[in-house]
Amino acid sequence: MLYRKLHFSKLVIHLMFIAMSLACILPLLLVVSISFTDERSLMLDGYRLWPKEFSLNAYKYVFNGAGSILNAYAVTVFVTVVGTLLHLLFTSMLAYSLTRPEVTHRKALSFFVYLPVLFNGGLVPSYILMTRILHLKDTIWVLIVVGLVSAVNILIMKNFFRTIPESLIESARIDGSGEIHTFFRIVLPLSKPSLATIGLFVSIGYWNDWMTASLYIESQKLRPLQYLLQSLMNNIGYLQSNSQASRSMEAAIGMLPSEGARMATCVLAIGPIILLYPLLQKYFEKGLTIGAVKE
Amino acid sequence: MKTITNAIPNRKVKPRKRLRSARRQMPFYLLMAPGLILIAILSYFPMVGVIIAFKDYNARDGIFGSPWKDPLFKNFEFFFKSDIAKSVTFNTLFYNLIQVVSVTLCALALAILLNEVKNKFVSATYKGSILLPTFLSWIVIQFILFSLLSVDRGIVNSVITDNGGEAIYWYSEPSYWRYILPIAYLWKNVGYFSVLYVAAIAGINTDYYEAAQLDGASKWQRVKHITLPLLQPTIIVLSLLWVGKLFNGGLGDWNGFYTLPNDAGALYSTTDVIDTLVFRSLKKVNDYGMSSAIGLYQAVVGFFLVLISNYIIKKRDPDSSLF
Repeated sequence: MLYRKLHFSKLVIHLMFIAMSLACILPLLLVVSISFTDERSLMLDGYRLWPKEFSLNAYKYVFNGAGSILNAYAVTVFVTVVGTLLHLLFTSMLAYSLTRPEVTHRKALSFFVYLPVLFNGGLVPSYILMTRILHLKDTIWVLIVVGLVSAVNILIMKNFFRTIPESLIESARIDGSGEIHTFFRIVLPLSKPSLATIGLFVSIGYWNDWMTASLYIESQKLRPLQYLLQSLMNNIGYLQSNSQASRSMEAAIGMLPSEGARMATCVLAIGPIILLYPLLQKYFEKGLTIGAVKE
Repeated sequence: MKTITNAIPNRKVKPRKRLRSARRQMPFYLLMAPGLILIAILSYFPMVGVIIAFKDYNARDGIFGSPWKDPLFKNFEFFFKSDIAKSVTFNTLFYNLIQVVSVTLCALALAILLNEVKNKFVSATYKGSILLPTFLSWIVIQFILFSLLSVDRGIVNSVITDNGGEAIYWYSEPSYWRYILPIAYLWKNVGYFSVLYVAAIAGINTDYYEAAQLDGASKWQRVKHITLPLLQPTIIVLSLLWVGKLFNGGLGDWNGFYTLPNDAGALYSTTDVIDTLVFRSLKKVNDYGMSSAIGLYQAVVGFFLVLISNYIIKKRDPDSSLF
């Protein structure tokens, strides 16, 4: 009897998790399915979880189209790669120095680093800084600069560097290695795992950022993927919020990029994350936990 | 030895010592320079720049050269005299409270149940699936939501009409969004927090459970008397950190409030929060004065919320406090 009861509760747990997992995955599959559905079938049957009439036209359209998707990919990849590398470099250099006892003012400097978490000037002064003073508006650099330092990541890195044995650094010093040399040759290689996890999160942040582009980017050439997606959605949104237009949607659809093409763009924008996801899941989880849970 | 060092006059040692220490510190300052300079420019300049909220800004004179507003609080007037201030402040607090409570409770439940799934591969699969939405951008989630709720093609409306119901205009009725937004945030965040709690549970000493089991405690009793009390500090810290972030622009995750309803004016009464208001008035209206005033209001409230939550954290668990 006891055995059966246990078994039953296990079954319930598994069923619940299967339902949860489906709730997280199926909506995503819906978008994928729409992108593979024939445009006419979308008009007649609406969105379906399984394409009624399979078609690759949306993808052909997206790739043959203005070429804007490839350009957006290039922008996003460049911003993500350069941004993540610079972020890791600056963060680790700063965090490491803040843990060194040689630096006499490290307490005050740490306060200087954390204070902006408490109080920040907000969007408008930053906007004026970027556009009027640094003149970064409508350049690719604004997309990178905005995410270059994060007090939270500095805190995480600091906690990590504290675990590196002092004797290691001391012995490097005795062997005649300069401090900067020690940092790049000994400390950084040791911190690869935490650099990898922080790097993953930083790169996801860069990849998913649409707000910066939407504020600062004007030229078509510099549009990252997420911003391209947003402008596609705005076309739909206009039709949706305007009920008059909503009725004549079918007429208007000819002028706009097709429904399926929009979803195809969306799938292409998630693509790399999903493809890398199974490989990186371990790091994702680890990265989540080093940030928030103290061991 | 000691007497000898003491015998050397102090003022001779000090400069040399200082010089040597400066020399030793030099490389570290070189390493810190890029980060510190970036923080000074990106964070401290805007901090001083908040005075723009009290200025009659014009591009030619810049933030510091522009004349002061007369009366000084003119920029705040419109915001606080209208109903907007009340409604966005209420929405910000309302949604964040709901999020903290719903996400914490669901994540805890999931984490405790995940802990019962002993098969490593299966539990990794579950974790992987519920963690997936965390890594999607709010724009992508907007597309997902649209394919669910679109008026004429959305799958939800298809199900309703197939069963003889009437299609629902999700994107033009504000009251639905009181549910849609919390559910969307729960969907995106619950996986993240359950993985955090799973890690916290894994850190609990298994001796407690074995002892309780020997004494005949049931599974539920073990959860109630061991897991939950021991998780309490983690739960409090994570929730308060969240509350502390809520007003602090750029830290709290408000993007969904802007993208999911597609910034539709008809839905503002239930979807507009302080961040979206600042963002919109800067991007669309280009009103520097008003948006910086609202931004300052947000920063000040956020500052006090961080202080208060840090104070509570410090009382509960001094090691976890921010400062």
